[in-house]
Amino acid sequence: MKTGSNFFSTTAGVVCTGLVLGALAILLQRMGNPGNMGICVACFNRDIAGAIGLHRAAIVQYLRPEILGMVLGALGASLLCGEYRARGGSSPIIRLLLGMVAAIGALVFLGCPWRVIMRLAGGDANALFGLAGLIVGVGIGTLFFRQGFSLGRSQSQGKVSGLILPGIMMALLALLLLNPQVEGQDKSGVLFYSLKGPGAAHAPVLLSLAAGLVVGVLAQRSRFCTMGAIRDVLLFRQWHLALGVLAMLACALLLNAALGGFHPGMEGQPIAHTDSLWNFLGMVTAGLAFALAGGCPGRQLFMAGEGDNDAAVFVVGLILGAAVAHNFGFASSATGIGPNGMLGALGGLAVCLIIGFFNCKRGA
Amino acid sequence: MAELIDARGLSCPQPVLLFLTAAKKTPGGSFTVLVDNEASRENVTRAARNGGFTVDVTEDGADFRLDIRK
Repeated sequence: MKTGSNFFSTTAGVVCTGLVLGALAILLQRMGNPGNMGICVACFNRDIAGAIGLHRAAIVQYLRPEILGMVLGALGASLLCGEYRARGGSSPIIRLLLGMVAAIGALVFLGCPWRVIMRLAGGDANALFGLAGLIVGVGIGTLFFRQGFSLGRSQSQGKVSGLILPGIMMALLALLLLNPQVEGQDKSGVLFYSLKGPGAAHAPVLLSLAAGLVVGVLAQRSRFCTMGAIRDVLLFRQWHLALGVLAMLACALLLNAALGGFHPGMEGQPIAHTDSLWNFLGMVTAGLAFALAGGCPGRQLFMAGEGDNDAAVFVVGLILGAAVAHNFGFASSATGIGPNGMLGALGGLAVCLIIGFFNCKRGA
Repeated sequence: MAELIDARGLSCPQPVLLFLTAAKKTPGGSFTVLVDNEASRENVTRAARNGGFTVDVTEDGADFRLDIRK
């Protein structure tokens, strides 16, 4: 069944989505999620990688229910509205690599575009450098698109194949419910938990899951995309998605101001470092990777929920990349960039430029 | 005769970019754009209407056919 009209795909709809997302992110922060990290797709995938032992950074291990909810919410919405369609086959290995590079770049900055919004809303001026990097990275991506960049066409696939990533998310949810955190223990069953640091800061499981489901439903209907917001302004002078992102920022900013959560400055910001050059360059890399892959990390989760296996491969890349970022010393911390952070950001940028260069004038 | 643009299977922003490039090359032309998902249908429709075109949408199995003209 296809719905006749979709309010959420209108500009008013995407603005409403942005407002709800901003409010939910602040709610999650007030209920226990880390500072300026109500929702961060890169950080939360990094925490998931830690929870299942793909990296062993003790302070970032938690199977974030928000991510599971975002995929499953999008799956439910797409099934109900007749938009679920299994598809894939558009350069999957390149998309895996782009997902990995995106996670590495984002973890040099310490956040995905969603967290750029939340950090700005909390007054973290370091995020301005991340935002500038994101705009430059996406801008480089638009240059490739103007040169005919394409990863090739996707093909329809068997219905069940689109359920694999949502199925993995359901299995992870079952793992989380069967292996709940035990007070003072860093392991429960097969899952790792943080006893301190960002991984130990989280809202109640069911609240996080419910918020993720709502985000998944609204974002699937509205096509909310933080990267697309910037890309469409640069490429088409089209502000539709950007207004949604600005609504999320405005809502989070106002709520922070009202609730005493706005602390302007660069020093002492939660889970942030002050190395402006690498805040900028990390997000140039991540922004270009998101642009070439056709969506921000959140949008990739929602598309994966709609049956898009190319997006699903990107999501797996995000989780793998986050694990690599911590295992190889690419990831930053509040004290500064990691020992190999420069290599991670610049190496990732080089990978993206090569992918961009060798995939122009294809497919279209 | 409308120019045919097959954007099926292409991800964002390629369907919109293909349409806008064609529309720029042939001002006042008419175009038939084929897409295979709702997001691309909405995006191409929005871009066309913003450019002053009218858009007729026909469902064709799992695909959409967008007839776009001034």
